Amino acid sequence: MVQQAVNRPSSEGEKLDVIRPASLADVPGVIALDEEVTGLLKTDYWHDMFERFGARRGESRFFLVAGPPRRIVGVIVGEVRAWEFGSAPSGWIFAVQVRARQRLHGLGSRLFDAVCARFRAAGVYSVRTMVARDNAEIHAFFRSQGMMAGPFIELEMRLD
Amino acid sequence: MKLQKATVFALYAVLELAAQPERQQTAIEIAEKYGISAHHLAKVLRDLGRAGLVDAVRGVGGGYRFTGNAKRLTLMDVIRLFEDASNDAEGPSPLTADQEAAAGLRFVLAELDAQIGATLRSISLATMLKLIARRPWESAAPEQARRTMAAARRR
Repeated sequence: MVQQAVNRPSSEGEKLDVIRPASLADVPGVIALDEEVTGLLKTDYWHDMFERFGARRGESRFFLVAGPPRRIVGVIVGEVRAWEFGSAPSGWIFAVQVRARQRLHGLGSRLFDAVCARFRAAGVYSVRTMVARDNAEIHAFFRSQGMMAGPFIELEMRLD
Repeated sequence: MKLQKATVFALYAVLELAAQPERQQTAIEIAEKYGISAHHLAKVLRDLGRAGLVDAVRGVGGGYRFTGNAKRLTLMDVIRLFEDASNDAEGPSPLTADQEAAAGLRFVLAELDAQIGATLRSISLATMLKLIARRPWESAAPEQARRTMAAARRR
């Protein structure tokens, strides 16, 4: 069963569902997970993300993963942002992924809870994200965590 | 978006029944709780039964119980059973090239429709039940809370 696989220690003695800050050794596993989920290989993007949110994480940037380096099964990335368009400090989540075989067993919720706990520890009491309107799956995930429409509206236009 | 009475009653019913899937509730019990017509609700429950979302248990102690998948069934799934959920902004007839104001208005209304549809498709009954348990309207900004309660009174 998938649930047992998630909780069973790997051959390296590590649990797949332990959530921890990412290290440089995790980046290839994150790239592989992202490629599996999105179908796109984004090597430079994830190395840059790690550099900004993992290596220079400080007290307000969080790059968390689940699973041992070669078998990353979940990732979430966020940071505390403040005063953009007058917004008081708030947590921002801008990436979350769980390997397909590990879904529906609460790992996404635990990643969400873990980053929210860090936001609270950083002194903020709201969390935001942005989802594609036609991505019902990720939209439903954030809704199931209790997220609602916030006080800002996203606007955009084509630059022809 | 203005929902028809039958749609609102259906949402009340599936949420009440999904909150306690092991319990059977009659149309009268649900209708009394919300101050709505039991006769109208009974018709709605029959439609929900035909859609496979509730099961009627006959006889003494009978009633309805929820048989759907609360984690998968969204508010839009229920609404679609009772409403034409196509784009409200499309209007009754095609526009001619010189009806620019109407075309512009339809374009803006389509934006609203897309937002409403995405919201209703993203909220499952299970998520809705968690939201109800949290009672976020009690801590919402005063204006939003006032509008929520005013809308509830109109129903």
